Amino acid sequence: MSQLIKHNTIVADDWTRVIPPTLGDEVVRKQAGKIVLFKLHGEETFSQAQIDATDIPATGKIILPLPVWIARKATLGTRMAAGEIGILVATHEPIEHLTEAFPDLNVLPLIAVFVERFADGRNFTIGNWIRTRYHFKNELRAVGDVLRDQLFFLKRSGYDSYLIRADRNAQEAIASLNDFKQPYQGATDDVPVWRRLNRSQL
Amino acid sequence: MYKYDAIDQTIVDERVAQYRDQTRRYLAGELSDDEFRPLRLQNGLYIQRHAPMLRIAVPYGMLASKQMRKLADITKKYDRGYGHFSTRQNLQINWPKLEEVPEILAELATVEMHAIQTSGNCIRNITTDQFVGIAPDEVVDPRAIAEIMRQWSTFHPEFALLPRKFKIAVSGTKEDRAVVQMHDIGLEFFKDSANELRIKVWVGGGLGRTPILGTVIEESLPWQHVLSYCEAIIRVYNIHGRRDNSYKARIKILVKALGIEEFKKQVEAEWSHLKNGSLTITEAELNRVAQHFDQMPYETLPVHDSSFDAAVASNPAFAAWVKRCVHAHKQTGYRAVTLSLKPHGKPPGDITTEQMHVVADLADAYSFGELRASHEQNLILADVKLSDLFAVWEKARAAGLATPNIGLLTDIICCPGGDFCSLANAKSIPIAEAIQMQFDNLDYLHDIGELELNISGCMNACGHHHVGHIGILGVDKDSEEWYQVSIGGKQGNDASLGSVIGRSFAADEMPSVIQKLIEVYVQQRTPEERFIDTVRRLGLAPFKAHVYGEKEAA
Repeated sequence: MSQLIKHNTIVADDWTRVIPPTLGDEVVRKQAGKIVLFKLHGEETFSQAQIDATDIPATGKIILPLPVWIARKATLGTRMAAGEIGILVATHEPIEHLTEAFPDLNVLPLIAVFVERFADGRNFTIGNWIRTRYHFKNELRAVGDVLRDQLFFLKRSGYDSYLIRADRNAQEAIASLNDFKQPYQGATDDVPVWRRLNRSQL
Repeated sequence: MYKYDAIDQTIVDERVAQYRDQTRRYLAGELSDDEFRPLRLQNGLYIQRHAPMLRIAVPYGMLASKQMRKLADITKKYDRGYGHFSTRQNLQINWPKLEEVPEILAELATVEMHAIQTSGNCIRNITTDQFVGIAPDEVVDPRAIAEIMRQWSTFHPEFALLPRKFKIAVSGTKEDRAVVQMHDIGLEFFKDSANELRIKVWVGGGLGRTPILGTVIEESLPWQHVLSYCEAIIRVYNIHGRRDNSYKARIKILVKALGIEEFKKQVEAEWSHLKNGSLTITEAELNRVAQHFDQMPYETLPVHDSSFDAAVASNPAFAAWVKRCVHAHKQTGYRAVTLSLKPHGKPPGDITTEQMHVVADLADAYSFGELRASHEQNLILADVKLSDLFAVWEKARAAGLATPNIGLLTDIICCPGGDFCSLANAKSIPIAEAIQMQFDNLDYLHDIGELELNISGCMNACGHHHVGHIGILGVDKDSEEWYQVSIGGKQGNDASLGSVIGRSFAADEMPSVIQKLIEVYVQQRTPEERFIDTVRRLGLAPFKAHVYGEKEAA
């Protein structure tokens, strides 16, 4: 059963996410005695060795991490032209890395934003930028620790597809896309409510 | 007072339904503790030492009498017959059951109230001066903008999961009473030379573990741009604020790390995309919201009232109360009244169910049915006629709400501390009570004069100890409760952070330590000086010498 929500329904996912291998032991970082759960803005996502060792399937629609695309794009031109490549950015990756690699984001059929922990709200700003600043028109997908109670915010931040975490009920999660009918503030999907409606007539 | 329309009411009703379902899923095991935590926190629900604590929002401190009655009913039905006003103008109840919180929210929604974003890593309740709209020194009534900002920040999709909590305060007076410099964003409204409404924007203030006063990022922002400018600030913070260490995650750390120039540069770059967009507030929208805060239907009254003057002259207890608890009003013949929630020997800020009903009745009878909560944890009747003050005093006194100590040493700001809060290192309420009992002589208290004493049970600083003229901080030393004392902190336009006087003290030493600090002041003061002035003039040394001297010598 697919975990992908799009257009208020569960749909089949025809994209395959390419994930670089873990090489050696993962380093657990600590700050103030606690395990660090979030990567800092600008922190490296994958080592060169990981990127080199990444197995890219020869056919089909694939979602590539941005650093993998940047390092290995020379061999992927025809597939990009065929619309078979989507790009994944992580919440700590500077948006400029994406927009420098793709001055026109609309060459991409899909951009996925990966959130490692649901409590990392950077994905909301990134979604907003991708839609309003860089005018991306195609599919913007939330992947990673994507849970029902963040869906309404993700929707308003410009996302239009949501890959719900594997252990959660995606069908039930759909309801939360519509938790509020008339939100107050403007966002990527609408202007502030007082510009939307004539409140003095209510 | 802002009144909900169908949009506002639908949002709080939808919120109740949403939170009811989140609670159901948590209790059914469909949400883990970690996943439920931000959801309940954004609804003001903490899991505390003994039970959950629910923090109910009182936007910019304004309450209607019917809301106060509902709060009273809730404290009776779901709690133990009392509530606690916090230093952010909200009301906390200490004993609700987790599974009953959706019911409490449903009851609150019937009187246009909620607990939205009273905690969690999001934009919190926007606070202001308790004398807003009536203060003689007010330049601009900031409530309409505060309400517009409340709506803008409620379920803001981009800022739902920030690196850390985010507090905004607004002020429209010459003499700042909203402590704008200790907020993540402080907005100080003023009129420029062309009589245009402008905002001085402070950023990066905050107390807690690393107390820092805010820095001015924008001297003169046209009011129309306040939302887009705040979005630009918070957007830079959302992306760049530290998420690897919660102790370094507030915006103040980012501003300090980048420096205000670089931070401002990034904000301006962001703002250039947002400015003049749909976030620009229109004159029509400001006017629509401002109508809710129109001037009250004041009567035309003389400057003096003979019955009031006679009562002051003949009744020293009433006169003492008038001196401390009655405040100037811009409307002739009216006064504002502070109902003290600081009776000596009781937890500061606490109020019983019965007192809440008395306060609601007083508001209905004497103050147009409205109330305010102050960040000093007292309640205010904002619009009382001079001729009614005696009746208000008699009724307030009968209910234990007329301790004449506002602005004095026993008007202590105090967090719930180790008695309730699971974050606390030490108890704070018993310290406050012991100090109040030490200074239970009203004549002595009035002679000491204006003095702000603030107590926090841990370095999260909910009791604002850094800006107390005397600040007390509970610390943990080898699992024992100790108290660190600082002096010289101050809120207001000339805000400052206090300095620690030396090694910390055991709980039972605290009343005598405060006594010694006061002795130095009483001995050294000039006739015009308040405690804080003497500290600023003399520095720490004489206070230190007297507090530690004898013991060190012996």
